[in-house]
Amino acid sequence: MTFMHIGKDFLPPDVEGKVTGDAKYAEDFRREGMVFARLLTSPMPSARIVSIDASAALRMDGVIGIITADDLPPSAPPANPMLASEYVTYVGQPILAIAAISEHIAENALDMIEIEFERRDFVTDPLDSLVEGGPNAYPEGNAMVLTAPEGDENTASVGVISPVKWPAAEIEKLRLGKEPNGTFTAGWEYGELEAEFAKCDVIVEESFVTAGVPHHCMEPRTSMVYWENGKCYFHASTQSQSSVNNGLAAMLGIAPENLCIINENTGGGFGSKGTSYPTMGVAGNLSRLLNRPVQLRITREEEFYIGVGRPGMQGWIKIGAKADGQVAAVDVIIISDGGPTGQNSASSSAGHISVLYQPDAMRLRNIPVFTNTAPRGAQRGPGQNEMAAALAPIMDKVANQLGMDRVAFRRLNAANSDSGIYEDQGPVTSAFMREAIDKGAEMFNWQAKNSLPRRRGNKLVGIGVGQGYHGAGGYGYDGLLRILPSGKIVIHSGVGNLGTYSYAATSRAVAEVLQCDWGNCEIVHARTDLHLPHSSTQGGSNTIFTHSRANYVAAVDALNKLKEIAAAEFGGTVDDYSIAEERVFKTNDSTMGMSYGEAAQKAIELGGRYSGAETPDDIDPITQRAVAGIQGTGLIGVAKDNLERKGTPPGEIVGFVEIEIDIDTGKIEVLDYLAVADCGTVMHPQGFSQQMNGGGVWGIGMAAYERHVYDPQNGLPANLGLYQSKLPSMLDVPATMASAAADIPDPFNPMGGRGIGEPSQGCAVAAMTSAIADALDGHLFNRVPVTSDMIVNHVAQNTVDSVPLKINTF
Amino acid sequence: MNPKITRRRFIKGVIYSASAAASGAGVYVATAASNRSNGAVERLISINVNGRTRRVDVLPQETLAHTLRYRLNLTGTKLACNRGECGACTVMIDNVANYSCSLLTHQVKGREVTTVEGLRAADGTLHPVQQAFIEELSPQCGFCTPGQVVSAAALLIANPNPTREEARQGLSGNLCRCGAYDHYLNGVMRAAELIA
Repeated sequence: MTFMHIGKDFLPPDVEGKVTGDAKYAEDFRREGMVFARLLTSPMPSARIVSIDASAALRMDGVIGIITADDLPPSAPPANPMLASEYVTYVGQPILAIAAISEHIAENALDMIEIEFERRDFVTDPLDSLVEGGPNAYPEGNAMVLTAPEGDENTASVGVISPVKWPAAEIEKLRLGKEPNGTFTAGWEYGELEAEFAKCDVIVEESFVTAGVPHHCMEPRTSMVYWENGKCYFHASTQSQSSVNNGLAAMLGIAPENLCIINENTGGGFGSKGTSYPTMGVAGNLSRLLNRPVQLRITREEEFYIGVGRPGMQGWIKIGAKADGQVAAVDVIIISDGGPTGQNSASSSAGHISVLYQPDAMRLRNIPVFTNTAPRGAQRGPGQNEMAAALAPIMDKVANQLGMDRVAFRRLNAANSDSGIYEDQGPVTSAFMREAIDKGAEMFNWQAKNSLPRRRGNKLVGIGVGQGYHGAGGYGYDGLLRILPSGKIVIHSGVGNLGTYSYAATSRAVAEVLQCDWGNCEIVHARTDLHLPHSSTQGGSNTIFTHSRANYVAAVDALNKLKEIAAAEFGGTVDDYSIAEERVFKTNDSTMGMSYGEAAQKAIELGGRYSGAETPDDIDPITQRAVAGIQGTGLIGVAKDNLERKGTPPGEIVGFVEIEIDIDTGKIEVLDYLAVADCGTVMHPQGFSQQMNGGGVWGIGMAAYERHVYDPQNGLPANLGLYQSKLPSMLDVPATMASAAADIPDPFNPMGGRGIGEPSQGCAVAAMTSAIADALDGHLFNRVPVTSDMIVNHVAQNTVDSVPLKINTF
Repeated sequence: MNPKITRRRFIKGVIYSASAAASGAGVYVATAASNRSNGAVERLISINVNGRTRRVDVLPQETLAHTLRYRLNLTGTKLACNRGECGACTVMIDNVANYSCSLLTHQVKGREVTTVEGLRAADGTLHPVQQAFIEELSPQCGFCTPGQVVSAAALLIANPNPTREEARQGLSGNLCRCGAYDHYLNGVMRAAELIA
């Protein structure tokens, strides 16, 4: 299909403000009478709060007020509370906020507050807690026992905290890479596992560790809030102007219609701002308490504490493959490090394997364990990407034992449009991973590169291949647009603005359906009082698929109304009418027609569903309110996405990398990087390239640099800042990164696209760990990140005094 | 970085002003409400920002980033780390890129400060770096972008025709969590073409 707009670059409306400094983020806003709040946070990883005495602070000149957990609804652990009440469970946990006329005074006031703590034992490594006699992160226990099925990655796990312990001998078996026999609290299975293993010619068993990683969004999550006439106006840093409404309104104890979220730009989210988060509730409730505008500025250190991070994994995997290369059975155990919030991505981790290697039988056994480390939440490709990191070199080992080329092995096991995925072996909308692999292998010149000598002077050469996967879209959201009497087409979007530009790229589905000039379209977003429809969060790689469908159905609704209005005016039926050049006209006599603007004026006069006075019954209440706010201003196109569904739209990418490792320093230099996506139609080439390359940078960071580090003696985090966390800089990644796509449209999106924001990291980290093992003659570190000290010690054959499977420390 | 304003000199400046570098320097004071005695340190000073002389009342330990953002409302300069690690607050001092979170405002008296807002021409024409960054869709979330723009502009003053590797080195003090490095480098190279 030839598109007018889809697949072409365009100028997203928010770019210029970003390069001129005009773009506003939450902290850039001020309000008359605004006061400044500062958080008092826990100095210790686990303690009971015995008493708080803020009287001296409250007597200080300039101090306006305080908020503690006593001012807020109670919260049951492990839910991350707005403010800690009886127990603190991590360093940096907010305990109270104090407001003053200046930040300086608020900061000084914090020093005047006396808190008596009763220390509790803490734990930073799940295995140290799981072993019999080990400390528990919560007084109630150390593990989450689920009481409801796990939802998607933006949904908190529902369960109760219970003590679960394993015999020391079983922990030791796991540390030594053997299958342990312990209690698990979650998991799934399909197929005949033992029977499939019995058919295998190669069986590989390995352990693995993947690190927790802070999100470290460049914009710390500052809030600025004020209340007017019972309504809350909230400048927020968020991944959606729509999908956080209900959660934040609940935190504030108000109806969603009394909350106005204002969010023009967000300085990074990566999953950590996909839902309402605790400090939003602190700022909002404090503002109401004081009846003053409140800014709660979050510092870099606080962003580490409260900005959540990716859960870590400690695990064991057994993979069986037949002589022809087909992966027949996979058995995986995952101990999830959920921090104090218990975020658990194990099912997604196992799902990654089920998609990309299509085993005939598979089992996941899982237990999420709480630790007194930073809270955890969804992070770019939650579950899938850390499994990609761990799995790639292990799958290379399987391929090598089979005597197969690593790319050919992956191609053989790749999913197609008839494949099943995850535990229910449900369908995918379409999958063309083999086409992506073939294209990538040719572009990267895999055969030639894989034949290169693995030594260049004091450098070792590694050639790697890896794959990333994430579900790339959802169904059932609403689209909303209006055509004004001026002829302008206004597209309403509640999708957040993280800088993927997909809020704009998906809006172009409207221009595509209405065959109109993009310059005549305007996107309304950024404030909920601008009447935004029910939209997904901008995360989960889902915007492209989800909202091009939603905008498509709204545009089709508008198109039908245009034709109905024209037919009423000029006779005939809607089938007799066509559109072109922003006019609707009789197909066999183009003089019998009207402009979009004239039709919009007619729509206002007609009222009813044409003007938005009546709305479809099935749209979300958020969209109902949005339509009510704009009714009578033009021709309203509004609809829920009821298009045909078929399972999961997969986002799949294959990555290829060439690296050099300096054997003297352990430094990894990435010489060449290419990623090729199976993502349907590329809807916005520049945005596609941004996400492919940005994910590639994240993959390099996960493979070689980033991790949580805690002092096991005191439970103190050692990498609060960007420097110590070691985000990749421009010098850690190649000066040029390449990307491409199989570019085969997905039949379940009228615009053809699927998202790729998350697997772009997974394929990169997998290619990197594959290349590192390749450079080191197949050596497996069984963990990420693989840091330079590990490489130097391995090359020097040093014996390092280390506990296998340790996590959250050096 | 400007060799005349080193990290050591910044820290020394904070120590001399007898304030707490760890906390006070990172804290915003809303108004001129602080009544503390500050000894002989001058409070009301003139600084040249974006070609204009601005009289501002600054605390002895106040960083340039805070003065720019909160006294002069030049919020294009971003604070992402406030500890000299990321470059989001980069401004030019006498045409050399500097982290404004790591400079005391008192240190820039008599110097020319250029923020991202000062790069556009008086008639609104975008600076070649800004134009090139738009054409290459260099920013993602945009929070680091003002710093990247200023670093690129400073680089092109010092070296109007950089190689891609020189550009990579020139912008290496600016972190981007979105990982938009490739697109930023494309932007720098295009900007050099626009300037030529």
